[in-house]
Amino acid sequence: MKVGDVLPELAIPVTRTLIVATALASRDFQDVHHDPALAAERGSPDIFMNILTTNGLVDRFVTAWAGPAAVVKKIKIKLGVPNYPGDTMTLRGSVTAVNSGQVSVEVVGANERGAHVTGLVIVQVP
Amino acid sequence: MTTYDDRLAAFSGRVLVERRPAPDPVNVPMIRQWVEAMGDANPRYLGEQPVAPASMMQAWTMRGYAPTDASAGAFEELVALLEEGGYTSVVATDSELDFHREVVPGDHLSVEEVVESISAEKRTGLGAGRFVSTLKTYRDSADEVVATQRWRTLRFRPAEPAPEAVLRPRPAINLDNEFWFTAAREERLVVQRCADCKALRHPPGPCCPDCTSFAWDTVEASGRGTLYSYVVAHHPRHPAFDYPLLIAVVELDEGTRLITNLTGATADELTVGMALEVEWLRADADLTLPVFRPVRPREH
Repeated sequence: MKVGDVLPELAIPVTRTLIVATALASRDFQDVHHDPALAAERGSPDIFMNILTTNGLVDRFVTAWAGPAAVVKKIKIKLGVPNYPGDTMTLRGSVTAVNSGQVSVEVVGANERGAHVTGLVIVQVP
Repeated sequence: MTTYDDRLAAFSGRVLVERRPAPDPVNVPMIRQWVEAMGDANPRYLGEQPVAPASMMQAWTMRGYAPTDASAGAFEELVALLEEGGYTSVVATDSELDFHREVVPGDHLSVEEVVESISAEKRTGLGAGRFVSTLKTYRDSADEVVATQRWRTLRFRPAEPAPEAVLRPRPAINLDNEFWFTAAREERLVVQRCADCKALRHPPGPCCPDCTSFAWDTVEASGRGTLYSYVVAHHPRHPAFDYPLLIAVVELDEGTRLITNLTGATADELTVGMALEVEWLRADADLTLPVFRPVRPREH
């Protein structure tokens, strides 16, 4: 693993079921993550993915590449456009630093309307 | 005098959520739910010596669907104050998790949350709002910090959704009836006439039902008529119409009848045979239609 290495892309089809299933798996019962009518009342065109899921998918993306021996030290994310049902989010990443076994990966997950997430993951590898 | 901003600023540095234990220790069933939903096949999470996915940290201490600790703490106080300012909606925008160690089944975690800052009002794509930045500290049962999380949410006033222009259904216009809708756009009520036998007919059609001639022209109607029949529609509703919707068959003074809407009267003011006159409804840029209203009593 060296600076400049590019991770294999990961395309996530954002289904309504994925949004609801991941919200519940993260114990997030906010109505905007499962109820389209209430989401609309709160100013959103549809339900949208919760941030805990974005963390989970970024984690999956990087650790699938780094391997099961990797230990996650940091996940820092900033959200942009929401992930709505029907979107496809494609995660891309590249290695930006390697220091004594700690590998920094910058990640962008973009859907049809732009970047849903930009972030940094640091993993400790043996 | 204490301003709204002062009251918000007073929250900086305050403990928002007193140390709250997770409802359950870290456990395999919840890990399984998580990795299934995330589609995460990493063998460490469900193997011989499972560890919890790092990103799952926040989930362990989420309050869940029916929280039992209905305490009126600082968090509820802040939410109420934000709602007072109209910031009724919330969306998370930033998360920075730093992990001190991995957590494993049996770890009983807790979370404490402290306010770092609350921003001035910002205009955002979602509406005007304030960013609330906090620091969550996750500890194990031995008080050791296992992770910290810088956490930012936007508390915002939802932007009014742009009123969606719901148009009336389009009439099915074809070569045979186009003249009638074109005249209506010019606020002229016309009636088709057989060019041979001079019989009037409506709705428009290619052939005279009396003499079968295909030759036709039009005459301009006076715009006056009588109420031949009507219904009052309550349901089902179409968003382009006001209800109760008065739908009438109007017999024109020229003798033909047309289906139209009534205006300027309520259902209980209608009587069959009453005198009506045309009024023009500019439904939208592409559609002008005749509607009818009761003839107003003449002055004097």
